[in-house]
Amino acid sequence: MKLLIKGGRVIDPSRGVDEIADLFVEDGRISALESESPDEGIDIFDASGFVVAPGFIDMHVHLREPGEEYKETIASGAAAAVAGGFTAVCSMPNTSPVNDNASVTRYIIEKARAAGLARVYPVGAITRGSEGKELAEMGEMKEAGAVAVSDDGRPVMDSQVMRHAMEYACDHNLVVVDHCQDLHLSAGGVMNEGRCSTELGLKGIVSAAEENHVARDILLAELTGARVHIAHISTAGSVEMVRAAKRRGLPVTCEVTPHHLALTDEAVISFDTNTKMNPPLRSEADRKALIEAARDGTIDAIATDHAPHHFDEKMNEYDCAPFGVIGLETALGIALKVLYHEAGIELSRIIEMLTCGPARAFSLPGGSLEIGAAADVTVFDAAREWTVEPERFKSRSRNTPFAGWLVRGAVVTTFVDGRQVFRAG
Amino acid sequence: MAFNRKDLLGTRELTVEEIKTILDTAESFKEVSTRSIKKVPTLRGKTIINFFFEPSTRTRTSFEIAAKRLSADAVNISASGSSVTKGESLIDTARNLQAMAPDAIVIRHRSPGVPHQLAKMVEASIINGGDGAHEHPTQALLDAFTIRERKGELAGLQVAIIGDIMHSRVARSNAHLLTKLGAHVRVAGPRTLVPPQFDKIVGESEGSITVCNRIEEALEGSDVVMMLRIQRERMSDAFFPSLKEYSIHYGLTLERLALASPECIVMHPGPVNRGVEISSEVVDSARSLVLDQVTNGVAVRMAILFLLAGREID
Repeated sequence: MKLLIKGGRVIDPSRGVDEIADLFVEDGRISALESESPDEGIDIFDASGFVVAPGFIDMHVHLREPGEEYKETIASGAAAAVAGGFTAVCSMPNTSPVNDNASVTRYIIEKARAAGLARVYPVGAITRGSEGKELAEMGEMKEAGAVAVSDDGRPVMDSQVMRHAMEYACDHNLVVVDHCQDLHLSAGGVMNEGRCSTELGLKGIVSAAEENHVARDILLAELTGARVHIAHISTAGSVEMVRAAKRRGLPVTCEVTPHHLALTDEAVISFDTNTKMNPPLRSEADRKALIEAARDGTIDAIATDHAPHHFDEKMNEYDCAPFGVIGLETALGIALKVLYHEAGIELSRIIEMLTCGPARAFSLPGGSLEIGAAADVTVFDAAREWTVEPERFKSRSRNTPFAGWLVRGAVVTTFVDGRQVFRAG
Repeated sequence: MAFNRKDLLGTRELTVEEIKTILDTAESFKEVSTRSIKKVPTLRGKTIINFFFEPSTRTRTSFEIAAKRLSADAVNISASGSSVTKGESLIDTARNLQAMAPDAIVIRHRSPGVPHQLAKMVEASIINGGDGAHEHPTQALLDAFTIRERKGELAGLQVAIIGDIMHSRVARSNAHLLTKLGAHVRVAGPRTLVPPQFDKIVGESEGSITVCNRIEEALEGSDVVMMLRIQRERMSDAFFPSLKEYSIHYGLTLERLALASPECIVMHPGPVNRGVEISSEVVDSARSLVLDQVTNGVAVRMAILFLLAGREID
């Protein structure tokens, strides 16, 4: 099995590469180029005019299986992933049952293997049942294949439990991922607190509800030495604290979602429940701070927080509809539209946040096109404009705030282990 | 006619022209309620559904009487809670209502935006009878009507809105409407109950909004005072310590009212908590227009039903 991805602009931030080059794949791995005139038994993919990058890694998705297969399955989520250029995703543990033990972890890995598309790396729970009380069996989950721990969506409120979780996670070399939200400050909130929530009469979630826990986690990271990852950072204040923590050399990383880069709480004025997610869409000042943090390297990764919900659940009162939007199939188009075409951030920096950035933060394989690496490759057209049509998604759900948007940047083809798992139709 | 909308969802999107059309139309309907036979045939054969997901006596009755005085067939439906507790999704509720072919649906709901969501799903005119803490356009219109009746003109008036601004749809709808008509709105209340950036919620308009730190500051020289009802349950959410303390520090007494202009009128959307946000002496004084508001509510709602449910008649 040989493959030549020919004539593309190869951008591999893990090695500082940005050049027109051929990429040679043999037996599922990146290989040294054999000769100028390849032999007969080789597949050739003409990538001229396209960018050839390491396969994207989304460190934050909800695949809903086990338990809520009507929203998404591991197979449908993996299909959505590769259609969006993601060759690996990290699945959050808030399934039913919660992924708080090795058997659930193994189940997810089995299902992903059967689907055979994107790699799926399970994230285990921090506490049993994500109830915030007793520690989950992190050691066993790690052995079964979990790459990090998180009580995403049900943040650990008890700071002593969080401290113990961080100390214990150190023993097993697991990153602690926190969805930062002080549940008391945010109680009843359904959108960002600010001018828009005041106008709409909807209960707000103040920025301080996130920042309170970002501050706490940074202090606990310093205390315990644990590696802490701040999920879906959304406020200017959080960004500033992470920037300062990094300057002090603390092992703190963070991710941002495409929707927080592209939208503000003004979008809620439509009462479209596909603008409801947690953390909520923030102010324009916050959005600008996130873009600057993406530019200057404060942000390690772009992660979608892909959160499928059924139409029936979303088509309800704004304050009753569930939080969350899907994002795997729009991430590249939104990220390039906002960060590259609008903000003028270099392509290599954006690709870094989609590849080696998340790989480093979670110590995952992949995110690089170095010789010998698994041939996970994403080829995309950075300029192509397309309109978001949710009915064409591979995901089982349609809850996107970007329906009808004209975006720029389209996935052309995706390879996992040198196997073509997606090709734009 | 300067009114060509399918729905009345809020005062935020109304133009000055449309507001004046509603108020002028209400003026012509007000006389109907003073006749011995209080009925005109204007909306004969039209069906109006009053769909109230929240308990209401005053607004529901007002809409029902307005519909009946226009000869429309009015049906009241009460439900409680949300689609989640009811076990029927919003879209199914909308489709079921539409299947009965009403001409207008008045809806009150505890969740902001429900009238806006339904308006996209049904052909009937949707009238917002109050959606959570968002809007209550007919209340603001009857308030403006009452002020105009007494003061002649709204432009340049100082209007104080006092109390629980955070949870008040009346405060929001009035903020939009009164500033569009050129009034200057001042709001005041316990800081826990004044939401952030309230002075930024209205767009370009002739009037202005000021958030005052003290109720005395808001009252000083004002031409109109609107007191808002305080809900007992706000205490348990730690917004203020007790009704007693609330009445001492934020209640409208004759003494505080003396800070306002000598011709100041006092309004309240009801129901009034005597001795809490407003003293009995003030409610029962000649300056209180609380009952005029109720009377005018029927005329304003007749105007709105006429302009919306009767729109194909023209």
